[in-house]
Amino acid sequence: MAAVTLGNIVKRFGSFTAVQKMSLDIPEGSFCTLLGPSGCGKTTTLRMVAGLLDPTEGDITINGRRVNDIPIHQRNLGIVFQNYALFPHRTVAQNVGFGLKYRPIDKAEAQRRVMQALELVQLPHLADRYPSALSGGQQQRIALARAVVVEPDVLLLDEPLSALDANLREDMRVELKNIQKRLGVTSIFVTHDQSEALAMSDQIIVMSEGRVEQVGPPEEVYNTPASEFVARFLGAANILEARVTDRQGDALALDVPGFARVVIPRSRAPKLGDASAAKLVIRAEKLKLMPADSTDDAAIMIQATVEGVDYQGQAARYFLRVNDHALQAINMIDIAPFAPGDSVMLRLLPRDCAALPAS
Amino acid sequence: MGWGLIRLYAIAVYGFMFLPVVAVVLLSFNANQFGSFPMTGLSLRWFEALWNNDAVMRAFRTSLVLGLMTAVISTMLGVLASLALVRYDVPGKNLITTALIAPILVPEVVLAVALLLFLNWLGIGKSFALLLAGHVIFTLPFVILVVQARLVSIRRDVEEAAMSLGASPVQTFFSITLPLLMPAVAAGALFAFTISFDDITGTLFWKPGGVETVPTQIFSMLRNSISPEINALGTVMILLTVGLPLLGAAIARSLSTKRGT
Repeated sequence: MAAVTLGNIVKRFGSFTAVQKMSLDIPEGSFCTLLGPSGCGKTTTLRMVAGLLDPTEGDITINGRRVNDIPIHQRNLGIVFQNYALFPHRTVAQNVGFGLKYRPIDKAEAQRRVMQALELVQLPHLADRYPSALSGGQQQRIALARAVVVEPDVLLLDEPLSALDANLREDMRVELKNIQKRLGVTSIFVTHDQSEALAMSDQIIVMSEGRVEQVGPPEEVYNTPASEFVARFLGAANILEARVTDRQGDALALDVPGFARVVIPRSRAPKLGDASAAKLVIRAEKLKLMPADSTDDAAIMIQATVEGVDYQGQAARYFLRVNDHALQAINMIDIAPFAPGDSVMLRLLPRDCAALPAS
Repeated sequence: MGWGLIRLYAIAVYGFMFLPVVAVVLLSFNANQFGSFPMTGLSLRWFEALWNNDAVMRAFRTSLVLGLMTAVISTMLGVLASLALVRYDVPGKNLITTALIAPILVPEVVLAVALLLFLNWLGIGKSFALLLAGHVIFTLPFVILVVQARLVSIRRDVEEAAMSLGASPVQTFFSITLPLLMPAVAAGALFAFTISFDDITGTLFWKPGGVETVPTQIFSMLRNSISPEINALGTVMILLTVGLPLLGAAIARSLSTKRGT
């Protein structure tokens, strides 16, 4: 059963429509991510589920109960905010125990649950501190403990990692996901960071301009983008104009003039239908740079020139030219990166390509 | 050289401002009948005389009651107005803010006469309630300015977090917003009290017959004679209006360092 459902949700602010006819099912116990650039309506959607905003149209249900007219404090939620939002005038233990005061729980039990929640986030020794004495990472863990201690029906996470610095963010990402899995709490996570979304989610909901672009597990969204927007937003992708030249059984032949002819499986072009104009999507890391004299019969080999190199340590991003096509490739560096001006072979496997309708 | 002159000038300005105050305080402890230097000996007789002066003590009680009531009413209204103006979309927000702050900008005499004329037009006579209303109008802007500034710095998501955890809006206000607002509320209340306690212009216009506050009492005493009692009364006033805010600030600071905010 879906724990949270959105039915044709519309949210308008004056003449601006922030969310347009959005429908969504969030399965019980799953970790779902609303992903999109700022202004795509993801936070607005989260705030409507939270009850901090009222939808202009449509229904929101939590565990089968329509919550449109139920105020936030009766929805039994846990929310983790980007800036922690801890109560500065209360100790860590009082912060975590705050929600329990409004539930029929006796004091001893409340205290036990507070300690349990603090142990869950590995900070039981900070119970008597004030939030201002804590680091950002510690504050965010306390905020998480405070949100889950009430055993919420839904855990809402509004860019909880964005305020942390890069290394800590990756640690917290793993820890947050582990805690969510252990508790099995249905979670809705909002982020603009595609790597967070890919690493943590059971389902990713990619949004753009108030619309859902694609819903699916991370691998599916990544490998088979449903639109050009999704292909461009998740990782770096090369998108080339192509023509369907042949359809035989499960195979689809696409011709990109001045680049290559690629035969891909039908499953890699679920949206294409019978159209003859298409777009070929090639992820930047699927284009492998090889020395100019390389050969490989099992793959498509294309001659290219390196125009620029963006050195990133363990990997490099290459800016390439094949006839009049500008391409990007991200490769792990083996010994030394290629240099600008080098002539190289691009190795491409057809099964790594996907196709979209022309627009 | 240039800095030396500026320093001298600054000292002179401060001396000009504070020496009379020092003189009043010193003379209040003078044993002599006539309030003038050189002092002939230390004595608390003028404070004693003050204590035994019924008119002064009555004025003192009036001022205290008026100040406290002004502080309570002004602070309550000020906090509510600030909440409405900062947290909610009130139509005509800017106009309301300007109207509420205006009493600081309008000369006090104008405000005093205007209120009096208005009430006269309505056919309402002078009363203690009118005096109180006048003081509330006059102190409200100070409370609103202080409370608004603090409220803006309290993040909305802290309140949202409280509500998401099950606290109703009213519970959220009393358990989260108000405690965080407390330094500003206390400062606002102190402002209101001291301004009301000090006020003479408005009070002269608004007070009903027979009612005196400390400043108007001093004023009427000065018309008859310059008694050293006035020096003693002045000292008490200085102590209250300077000491109270300092005490308040000290308490606020110690509270906030304990919490580390």
